[in-house]
Parts: sequence; structure tokens; C-alpha cells
Amino acid sequence: MLLEFQSVTKSFHDADGAIPVLRGVSFELRAGETLALTGESGSGKSTLMHIAAGLDAPDGGAVRVAGHDLTAMNDAALAAFRRTEVALVFQQFNLIPSLTVGANIALQAALAGADDPARQEMLVARLGLTEHVHKFPEALSGGQQQRVAIARALAAKPKLLLADEPTGNLDEATADQVLEQMLALVAQTGAALMVVTHSPTVAARMDRVLHLRGGLLA
Amino acid sequence: MMRACLGALVSHWRRNPVQLFAYLAGLALATALWSGVQAINSEARNSYDAAAATLSEGQYDQLVARSGGAIPLATYVALRRSGWMVSPMIEAEVRGVRLIGVDPLTTPVSFGVGDTGAAPELDHLFANAATARRLAGVAPVTVQETVGPNMAIGDIGLVQRLSGAAGLTRLFVLPDQPVTRPALQDVAPGLALQPSGQQADIGQLTDSFHLNLTAFGLLSFAVGLFIVHSTIGLAFEQRRGMIRTLRSIGVPLRGLVVLITAEMLFLALVGAALGVVLGYVIAALLLPDVAATLRGLYGAEVSGTLQLRAEWWLSGLALALLGTAAALAGRIWQVARMPVLASARPRAWVMATAARFRVQSAGAVALLAVAGVLFAVGDGLLAAFALLGCLLIGAALALPALAAMVLSGLQHRARGPVAMWFWADTRQQLPGLSLALMALLLAVSANIGVSTMVSSFRLTFVAFLDQRLAPELFVRVGSKNESAALRQLLDARGLEVLPLMSTSTRVAGQPVQVYGIEVGPTYRENWAFVDAGADMWDRVQAGAAAVVNEQLARRANLWVGDRVTLSPDLALPIAGVVGDYGNPLGQVVVAAPVYATLYPDDYPGQFGIRTSTPDALRRAIMDSVGLPDSAIIDQAEIKALSLGVFERTFTVTAVLNVLTLGVAGFAILMSLLTLADLRVPQLAPVWALGLTRRTLGRLELARAVALAGIVFVCALPLGLALAWVLLSRVNVAAFGWQLPMFLFPADYGWLGAYALVAAALAAAWPAWRLMRTPPARLLKVFAHER
Ligand SMILES: Nc1ncnc2c1ncn2[C@@H]1O[C@H](COP(=O)(O)OP(=O)(O)OP(=O)(O)O)[C@@H](O)[C@H]1O
Ligand SMILES: [Mg+2]
Repeated sequence: MLLEFQSVTKSFHDADGAIPVLRGVSFELRAGETLALTGESGSGKSTLMHIAAGLDAPDGGAVRVAGHDLTAMNDAALAAFRRTEVALVFQQFNLIPSLTVGANIALQAALAGADDPARQEMLVARLGLTEHVHKFPEALSGGQQQRVAIARALAAKPKLLLADEPTGNLDEATADQVLEQMLALVAQTGAALMVVTHSPTVAARMDRVLHLRGGLLA
Repeated sequence: MMRACLGALVSHWRRNPVQLFAYLAGLALATALWSGVQAINSEARNSYDAAAATLSEGQYDQLVARSGGAIPLATYVALRRSGWMVSPMIEAEVRGVRLIGVDPLTTPVSFGVGDTGAAPELDHLFANAATARRLAGVAPVTVQETVGPNMAIGDIGLVQRLSGAAGLTRLFVLPDQPVTRPALQDVAPGLALQPSGQQADIGQLTDSFHLNLTAFGLLSFAVGLFIVHSTIGLAFEQRRGMIRTLRSIGVPLRGLVVLITAEMLFLALVGAALGVVLGYVIAALLLPDVAATLRGLYGAEVSGTLQLRAEWWLSGLALALLGTAAALAGRIWQVARMPVLASARPRAWVMATAARFRVQSAGAVALLAVAGVLFAVGDGLLAAFALLGCLLIGAALALPALAAMVLSGLQHRARGPVAMWFWADTRQQLPGLSLALMALLLAVSANIGVSTMVSSFRLTFVAFLDQRLAPELFVRVGSKNESAALRQLLDARGLEVLPLMSTSTRVAGQPVQVYGIEVGPTYRENWAFVDAGADMWDRVQAGAAAVVNEQLARRANLWVGDRVTLSPDLALPIAGVVGDYGNPLGQVVVAAPVYATLYPDDYPGQFGIRTSTPDALRRAIMDSVGLPDSAIIDQAEIKALSLGVFERTFTVTAVLNVLTLGVAGFAILMSLLTLADLRVPQLAPVWALGLTRRTLGRLELARAVALAGIVFVCALPLGLALAWVLLSRVNVAAFGWQLPMFLFPADYGWLGAYALVAAALAAAWPAWRLMRTPPARLLKVFAHER
């Protein structure tokens, strides 16, 4: 099993007290499998993804990814895990503004120890970014930035690719293309894919669909 | 991995060169300010050392041959063997230059050679440049501008060789003598004791001035630290997003911390090195003696001019690195504690500053309370400095809270939506600007303090010189006959004579000098009192009262109206306490008849003479009374010299004001520039609602001026408090006398205007950039979240 959530709970605290977001989430994901996560805005989808990526810690329950028990790992181990095992396409892209498109992609690959210029070139081409390689993120549109974020994540050759609304900023035709490329590339490396999406079309392309509501999966 | 990560960190500077410039320039300016102040300080010190040296010669009791000739070496040796602590001195004239030979190891008088760092060189003379030229070929001369005009100082052996003189001219009696010392007549009957002249010893006065300058040097250090701190804070703020992204793609925290620390320290080192050079250049350009200064760049052979001393640049570098390290530690601590995902969240940042705001205000209240306690009950130098520190840091910490209060008051009184938004928005800027504003507060109050202190000092110093050096000629006589002959000569010419009798004794348990004087117009016009009763000179003249100096008054806890006991049957009321800035000893001044009843055998050993023809009178005295040239001192010349030398110091300290204000202005500029990017999302909505970019730019300028105005209002009382603590507390604790404080409202007005101009200049560029921001950039704010 590549990814395993067992009764994961998580709440946030603000001035009014605790806000429970995940109330006991359990599911599994095999290598090579693809999964869509749907749910209303604010239902905790991004929170779940962050926990799966080792960016945030659950309050309770267990999370295992590629044989690692995330809840038992310290910061350094989690950092190493993020470098090599998973890649996350953020909802807000999170590109480094002072690096060009090409450098952004190369950076994550280098950190993952997967420095492979040919592959990066291939990714850039397949995501339609060739003419933008030397531009800085601020000169790109939202959809273009999103594609850079996807290319950057794929360049690291992760075992698990997490994508938070990867096609949210794209028109239907481009969204289709990008999704196609993502599925093909993931299939090529045998990685698992989990996508957060509001789009029924996107969800329909995945092996499975999970729906998050009231802090529980349905 | 680390290389890739470092590349990403560095790419930020490449994309944002203005921020890199701001970071380097902030550090460079802070260091420049510090090393420049050091340079100016030591230049000032040199200048007043020259004045002090000129005045210090008559400061010690001396032994001279009764015959007027040389003192045999054997007599000197006999005196030393018997326990007399004396230092030999030889005088000669070569090419019209007065050569003075001393024993470098024991001489109490430095003659301006001072502590040059040069070891006593046995084969060198020391003289100023003009004198050195006249001595070309006589002996090797080391140029030392602090040596008085027309004299050259050297080792006694060298001067003896150059002049061929056989014996010694004079022996200085050192201040510390053994208790059991045989009488002079028993050891060296051929010698007479010449008591020290009642001249002005400005050594202590200048020490106090120097102490004050050093205190302000430290203040500039603090201003520098503030700037370093705010620069580093902004550098972190800007890269918050990048740090978050790097961590989210798996860069370990520890590696990131190490990289950032190394990077920032390296840049700090570069900035500080630039700053040392800059500080030196600024000091060199602004100091009057540019030519001499440049020579200092090329070697240390020219002493007394500006040199790039190790302690300046080392302390400058240390300042920058320590300041950077301290600021870094706080920032890194913040980064390390924040969860990966939260570190870019604006909410966390706002909350963090709100918490810091509370901590700051609490700290301010605590420090100001301590300052209050120290003010009420503190005693001694340590307490005075602690008071100073608490006051400064407390006021700086209180500033943001105070400004927030003022701004919210203005917001409530504002009419119209734009004015309300303006004040509310200004208040929102406070956390980002508060460090720069604190730096401005310290800089402006330091300037107010400096100008108050320096100008007060100048007034006091000039008055003191007028008081002590009013008589144009000052003559010392060696015997009762000479005294009488001189008196007769002077009376015959109808001159105003100020004869002086003096004896060392103890009064009220303190070692003092008792003086007998004849009260005349010179005393009435020139003496400045710390405190005095009515008709005081009349009562002193009538023998019904005495004058004591401030040192004695403070040490013996006496004041005007108290009685001072001079002998078992004589206790006089104190009519006045006189400011005596040059004297470690207590003094009691009484009318000559009173003195005569106390010491019936004494005669006037010193005379001050008012004359308009000092040169002619000098010759007349030498001819008819037979006094040597060295017994007659031209005080007008000394006064002019010391005033001139001090003027230099005063102009030099004005430079310090310009420097600190400039640096504070730069701190504001940097804060505004670095905040500019963060500002766009805040301004875009207002722009969208219908304010033009031009109006927004004008409002940004107005904001800077308004904030500077608030800072100035806070800085005025703080600066005056600073000056007061230095003049009335630190000085009393360190030297036993108080420098009177004068106020200079016009100066403060100008300073306020400069501060506003500096703030407006600093805001001009960011405001201009804002006016030119393309609408596309403003629109982008609405396009996506970040
Ligand atoms: N750091 C935080 N502090 C407090 N509350 C938070 C924090 N992060 C998320 N939340 C809250 O947790 C809930 C879930 O947030 P999350 O971002 O996971 O939602 P989402 O399902 O991704 O929504 P969307 O579809 O809009 O992206 C929301 O109510 C949000 O307000
Ligand atoms: Mg989300």
C-alpha cells in the first residue's frame, strides 16, 4: 500500500475555539492508482493533502506513505521524505518568484536527486511551456503558472503526486490536455496520483472518487 | 542540494537588486556612522589635547635654582635619593625654537606629545609641522600637530646634546609625594619651590567633553544597530514565501538556517567593509584638515592627523556582525518555530507583531519606571549611565505605542473617508516602520542632546577662559623682594593688578588651596558662579565672606550661606560657589587682609596684570625686576590658541549631527522601499475605488512627514533629558562638577525642519515609484491571491 490514512483527525484553533476539519478519515491508495478528492469549499481537502505530503501533522490517527509512518518522523526526516517520495502541486502554485520557470523546475528535481535535463525538457514541452522557460513566474498567467507547478512536481519523479485543483485555472480544452499529460506521465513512472477537484469531468477520469463532507469521507 | 538551495536564495537578490542595495547600504551606513564618529572623536581629542598641552605647563609645582641658572645634575640625583618625586626638564633655544627636553618616563606634562602610540623615541623631536620645517637639519622631527606652536619636545639627553646645555633648567614636583620627605632646604638649599600657577587646566574639562562625545558615539552605535536590525527583518520578511516553498519541497530546516545565516553574515561583512571605507572618507572629507588627512591614508608617519586605526574598523566590523547576528538570531528563531505551512501566512505575521507590540510596550513601561527610580534615588556614574540607557531604550520601545495612540486620535478626528483611511492606513504601517522610526527618534534626540551639550560646553568654556585668563599677563615671582618690586612697578604705571597669595592646606577635611585676592573689576565682571548670594563681591572684599569652588562645595557638602572654617578662630559664610572646571582640588578664595591674618608671613607670589601693551610690559618687568622670560606668561595668546583649537572641535561635532540624521533618513528610505512591494496589495483596492496614483503618491509622502513630525515631538524632550543626564548627572559623578545646561530653541527648530526634510526625501523615491506603478501591476492583485 502506497498511501494509508487511518482514523486521521485534525482541527484548527482560532479565537472562538477548536474547528474540527477532519474527524476520522481512513482510506488507502495503491501504487499506480489514481484518486479524485471532492468536497465543498472549506471541507478540508487541502488540509488532507498537506497531511499526506508531510507538511502538516494530524492530531490523531496514523498516516503511512511508501512505508514511512509520517506521525513518527521528525522534521529532518519529513524534509527528506518531501524531497524524494512525494510532490505537491499547491492550490496557490508556490513558485519561487526570483527563479525562472526552468530554474524552478530544475530546483525541485535537484533537491529530489533526480537531476535529468532531458526529462525536464520533455516535461516542459508536453505541458506547453517551451516558450516560457526563461520567463519569471510573475510574467505568466495563472494557468501557465499552474502548469509550471505541475511540471516542477513531476520533474522530481515522486512516488506519490498530490495535486490541489491542478486544472482550476485552465480552460476546458487546456485542462483536458494537462490532465491527459499528467495521467500519462504518472502511469509511465508507476506513481500514484491524488487530485483535489471540483470538476466532475476530471473526477470521472480517475480510478476512484472520494467525497469529503463534515470531516468524513463518503 | 545545498548548492541548489543557495542558488534559489541568492536568486532573490539578483531579481531584487534594490533590496540587496538596501541591505548592504544599511549595514554600510551603520558602520560608517560608527567609524566616522570614532574618527571625528579622536580628531577632536587631538585638537583639545593641543589646547590642554599649552595650558598644562604651569600646572605643577616646580623647583628652580635660586640663582636663576642651571640645576646641577648632582642636586637632582640627591633629591631623588632622598625621596623627592621630581622629573627633570631642560630648556634651550635653537633657531628661535624653544627646545624642551623631558624624561619621557616620569614627566607629568606631555607638552602635547601625549599618548600618540609612538614609543618614546630617543633620537626624535616632536613638533608641529611649521616648527618641524624650521628645525630641518637639526634633528629628525616627528610631526605632531598637538604640540604647541614654536616648541619642540624631545628626550632630555637629545636636547642636551643639541643645545650643549650642562645642567637642568627646572624640576617638576610630581603630584604624589611620599609622606616622609625631607625639607627642601636640607637636601637642595640652592633650589626654590615655585608653586603651580593658578592657570586653567582644561584637561578635566576636555576629559568631560570627551566622555560626552563617547556617550554620543555609543548612541550612534545604537542607531546603527537599529538600522541593521530593521534591514535584516525586512530581508527575512521578503523571503518568507520562498522559505516556505523551499521547506515544502523538502529542504531541511537546519540546512536552510545554516545557509541563510552564512549568506547574511557574508553580506554583512561586505556591507561593513564598505562602511568602514565610507566612514573614513566621510570623516576625511568633512574634517577641516583635508590635506593632512589624506596623508594619513598613506602611512602612519604623520601622527595627529586622521588615520585608519585598527580599533575603528575592527569595532565597526564587530558592530555590524554582532548586530546582524543578534537580529538574525531572533528571525531564525521565528522561522524555526513556525510550522512549514504557516510561515507565509499574513495572519501569523500580523499576530506576531501584535504580540511583539505588547511585549515592547511592557518593556518600555518597565524601563521608564526603572529610569524614574534611578532619577529619584540613583547616585554615582554607573547609576547615571544606567539611567541614560533605560531612558533611551525605554523611549524607543514606547514610540510605536505612542505613535499608534496619536494616530488613532487623529483618525477619530478626521473628516471625510480619505482622511480616515489615511490615518488608519498609517497606523497599519507602524509595525513595518517602527524600527526605522525608533532609529530616527534616537538620531534626532542624539542630535538635540549633542547640540545642547556642545553649545552649553562652548558657552561654559569661553566663560571659564574669560574668568581664569582675563589678565593679559601672568607673572610668577620667586621672592618677597621681587614681589614688592613688581608691585611697585605696576602701581606706578596705574595698571589693574590682581595679586595672588596661595597656600595648600586642608579645609573641612579636604585638601584645598586657599587664595588671597584683591577684589577688583576683573573679578566682578568675569567670574561665573554656580550659585551666589546678594552683594557677594562686596562682602568678600569686606572680609565678611568667602568664595569656594564647586568641587569643595560638593565634596564637603557646603553651599551658599554655610560657614567654612579656615582656622580655629575664623569661619566665614560662603558668599558664592564658583564653577571651576579645570581643577581636581578644592579652593577657598578670601580677601587679601583675611588671608594675611591666616598666613602673616606669606607674600603675593603671582600677579595677574591687565594691560593693553603686554609685550612692552613684559620687557619692562624683565629689565627692572629681573625676572626670567619663563616667569611671565602671555595669557591672551594662550586664550586665543585654545579658543581656536576648540572651534575646530565644535565644527567637527556639527558633522556628527549631519551624519546621524542622514543615516536615520536612510533607514526610513529603506523601510519604505522594502515595504513598497507589500504595499501594492493594500493600495490596489483604494486605487480601484477611485484615488489616482498621483494622490496615493502624495499621501505616501505626507505620511512620512507626519510620522517624522510625531517622532520629533517625542525626540525633543528625550534629547533634552539626555543632555541633562550627561551634564548634570554623568559629569558630576565622573568629575565632581556640573556643566550648566543652556537651551537653544532656534537650533532645535532647525533640527526639526531637517528631520522632516530627511523623512520627505526618504519617502520621495518610493512615492514616485508608486505614482509610476503600471495599472497592470495593481490589477494583478485582483487576478490571484499572491
Ligand atoms: N491555518 C489555519 N488556521 C485556522 N483554520 C484553518 C487553517 N487552515 C485551514 N483552516 C480552516 O480549515 C478548514 C478547511 O480548510 P481547507 O483549506 O482544507 O479547505 P478546502 O477544502 O481546501 O477548501 P477550498 O476548496 O476552498 O480550497 C477551513 O474552514 C479553513 O478555514
Ligand atoms: Mg483547498
